[in-house]
Amino acid sequence: MPPKAAPERVNDFVIKIGTVNGTGSASANGLLMKAVFRSGVPVVGKNYFPSNIQGAPTWYEIRVTRAGYRARAGQVDIMVALNPESYARDLQEVVSGGYFVYDCTWPRPALLRRDDVTVLGVPLARLCNENFQGVRTRILMKNICYAGVLAALCDLDLDVIRGLLAETYAKKPQLVESNMKAIQLGYDYARKAFDCPLPLRVAKLDATKGHIIIDGNTAAGLGCVYAGATVGAWYPITPSTSLMDAYKSFAERLRATPDGRKNYVMIQAEDELASIGMVIGANWNGARAFTATSGPGISLMQEFLGLGYYTETPAVVFDVQRVGPSTGMPTRTQQSDLRSAAYASHGDTRHVCLYPANPEECFYFAATAFDLADRLQTPVLVLSDLDIGMNDWMCPDLKWDENYQPDRGKLLDAEQLSKIDKFWRYYDHDDDGIPQRTLPGVSAKGAWFARGSGHTQYGAYTEDSRDYQIVLDRLRKKWITASRLVPKAIIENSAPIEGEGNGTNELAIVTVGSGDAPVREAIDRLRAQGVAVDYMRVRGFPFGEEVETFLNAHKTSFIVEQNRDAQLRALLLLETGVEKGRMRSILHYNGMPLAAAYVVDGVMAAVQDRARPAAQLVR
Amino acid sequence: MTFMAKPKVAHPELPRNALGLTRRDYEGSNSTLCAGCGHDSITASIVEACWANALQPQNLVKLSGIGCSSKTTAYFVSGAHGFNSVHGRMPSVATGANAANRKLHYIGVSGDGDTLSIGLGQFIHAIRRNLNMVYIIENNGVYGLTKGQFSASADVGTKAKKGEVNSQPPIDPVQLALTLGASFVGRGFSGDKRQLVPLIQAGLRHPGFALIDVLSPCVTFNDHEGSTKSYAYTREHYHAAVEADYVPRAEAIAVDYPAGESLLVPLHDGSQVRLRKLEPAFDTRNRANAYAYIDAKLHEGEYVTGLIHAQDAPEHELHAVNRTAATPLNRMPYERLNPGAATLAKLMARYR
Repeated sequence: MPPKAAPERVNDFVIKIGTVNGTGSASANGLLMKAVFRSGVPVVGKNYFPSNIQGAPTWYEIRVTRAGYRARAGQVDIMVALNPESYARDLQEVVSGGYFVYDCTWPRPALLRRDDVTVLGVPLARLCNENFQGVRTRILMKNICYAGVLAALCDLDLDVIRGLLAETYAKKPQLVESNMKAIQLGYDYARKAFDCPLPLRVAKLDATKGHIIIDGNTAAGLGCVYAGATVGAWYPITPSTSLMDAYKSFAERLRATPDGRKNYVMIQAEDELASIGMVIGANWNGARAFTATSGPGISLMQEFLGLGYYTETPAVVFDVQRVGPSTGMPTRTQQSDLRSAAYASHGDTRHVCLYPANPEECFYFAATAFDLADRLQTPVLVLSDLDIGMNDWMCPDLKWDENYQPDRGKLLDAEQLSKIDKFWRYYDHDDDGIPQRTLPGVSAKGAWFARGSGHTQYGAYTEDSRDYQIVLDRLRKKWITASRLVPKAIIENSAPIEGEGNGTNELAIVTVGSGDAPVREAIDRLRAQGVAVDYMRVRGFPFGEEVETFLNAHKTSFIVEQNRDAQLRALLLLETGVEKGRMRSILHYNGMPLAAAYVVDGVMAAVQDRARPAAQLVR
Repeated sequence: MTFMAKPKVAHPELPRNALGLTRRDYEGSNSTLCAGCGHDSITASIVEACWANALQPQNLVKLSGIGCSSKTTAYFVSGAHGFNSVHGRMPSVATGANAANRKLHYIGVSGDGDTLSIGLGQFIHAIRRNLNMVYIIENNGVYGLTKGQFSASADVGTKAKKGEVNSQPPIDPVQLALTLGASFVGRGFSGDKRQLVPLIQAGLRHPGFALIDVLSPCVTFNDHEGSTKSYAYTREHYHAAVEADYVPRAEAIAVDYPAGESLLVPLHDGSQVRLRKLEPAFDTRNRANAYAYIDAKLHEGEYVTGLIHAQDAPEHELHAVNRTAATPLNRMPYERLNPGAATLAKLMARYR
């Protein structure tokens, strides 16, 4: 019995493509996503890839979303299954009424077991074997041929695809023709064999103007170039490596000099202990230096981060979080380091953290991080994650303020030093907890000795209780200053569903980082179900005053985050005076990006007072 | 007592260097190390070398890790910035600092524990990058601040204070550095200022990584008679005479002997260290020969001292490899680093 045809859903569906990693499917997936984007339709791309070089299952998900949502949808309407190893579970994942496309060169009766899904067989291997020569070419072409099938099924414009190929292979025009040939094969076959287009199709819109598609690591690397960073030290670790690659390639291109001499240094360190040591050494010596790492790297950097805190040395660390504990799942996403980054190192150590939610914030927060590190003379950690860092996001164009000048903080030059009687490194002249600083090589008068051992406010070694405590107490004052300087939380109160409100609802959702996109979508859906919730996204640590005020203004705040142990909630409990019962957790930590439905379920379960432990942890 | 200010009274006729500065201008805080510590003699040699090289004090950068040796960066050139970092990780801080400003002189002071145990990895990679710095190891074969544990340079048969005997063979930093292709390798003895000062002077002028391993007896903890780098008290005498935390008072040792001769140096306690200076005709540029020579002498129980190996024109220095601009990166004006708003606007087209 043929399944019932899906109702027409224009510009609102999800395609998922399952392939074998290392076979060249990434270019076809990127091409399809861009083709939707170029059709003026907002799009979300998610790459679910293994920690492996070749031969393991890998998926790419393209969400076509006319509403412009930025999270994954959490369901699959069209599955293109090209990896026999994952056929069975790929078929399971398709929603009822959806479509399943597979390579029917080798018929697989088992795939016909779901009668609520339309199975579309395309002999991709046969088509490519008949039309291309050579094993490698045939495999590559098979992995571009399905793009043609999808173009026919979803009504994508072949001219748009051709245009994209022409740009990609501007220097190798023969590749445009061979790729186009493969796409045309798939396109023609699908048009002949099936009733094209499907009800799930793309229709041109004008909703992507002024936008780009970029991943967070690329944006952050570019941000470091614009922030004036000159030293990058790093040790390769997934999912942060592409951030350093991006910085390097942008610095090479955008900062090219006539004599070819570089105005930056990139050092691949021997480990993360060394990379953070280099970053601290370079910042101490006045360069804007940074590193990028992930959870295991943060663990290794702890001792040096404590040194940076106590010697009051700037440093910028991008932590592109992945799944922990330990090695965890290196190619899956989580907000796993909220706690360990905030308190990295022994002793009374606390660190300024920034929490970007998307690639554009990764870009802008780069300069913010360097400015704060210089202004506050302390390490600043920027906590992105794999979802933001490595996935392609549709973002507003990145812009640069031509008037921007780096804030180097209280850095005394030779002239300023000549005017003062004596330089005291750790003295609080301005009552904001921030001392003055000098660089090596400027003036013997400004010389001081940085040390991780106890020191006085004048910079001398000490084991005297009082002298030690003066410095430690001033560091606390500086921490309070920091809470005023970090980016403010984003707060958006919803109108009440009925009647007059005082501008605040009883319920709120609080999230951080990549929780932003699914939570915003969830708030829309909750509203459609008659539940109005207010919204806050924290963007910096220490928390500003507005965070506590917001939490106290709501009877219940759902703290949505992507880890098992409610790390954001733990920070909120520790660092604000908000009573425990006001904050209820909705936790997601399976390694996949969060989808709105999970948040909606969690809130509705609580609203309807149903216990649903799998979806939420209420403490 | 931790820090006492030194009286800043200079004799009007103290000799002055090319900058018009006296040796006093290159001193630092008072040492808090044990009286007679070899490290203080090395400090004096560093002061002498910086003065003799007429270094502008603020153009020197002092770096160290953790340990007795690492404290010493506070005891010389108070007009220079210093960074006493974390245990064994000074090389990375030096690497970053050097990356930020290639024009300054970097001197790192470390110990055998700081370099050869906890910091071995960073030490090796600083050599691999041929970082332009002088790296001095104040090598006494023992952990001082934690009271007498063996370090990785302790000799087989060395006895700890409580009688434990070291059975693991030592790591020799000089042989290690030669193996790794270090471009400048020297060894000195803390008591031989006449040999050490020129080594440091040469190291400061070497445009790459200059390792100077300095045998520096620990008056307090390394007490095995016959150890090639100790002031070996006899066990009976030591324990009979002193409490566990008592520091025997002693005068620093000075030796002077002609090149090419082997010399037995009497130490405070009547024990001795055997030193051998290189033959004046020894070819310091031949790394393999240098290695073979010091290896053969080590097997005879002799530490070869002097300039062991130096490349005339060292390659692969960090900035040479990177082709870094001549202007130090920390002085690069932002205008030269900012690609500008228009460039960014143009760049956006690549992401559509």
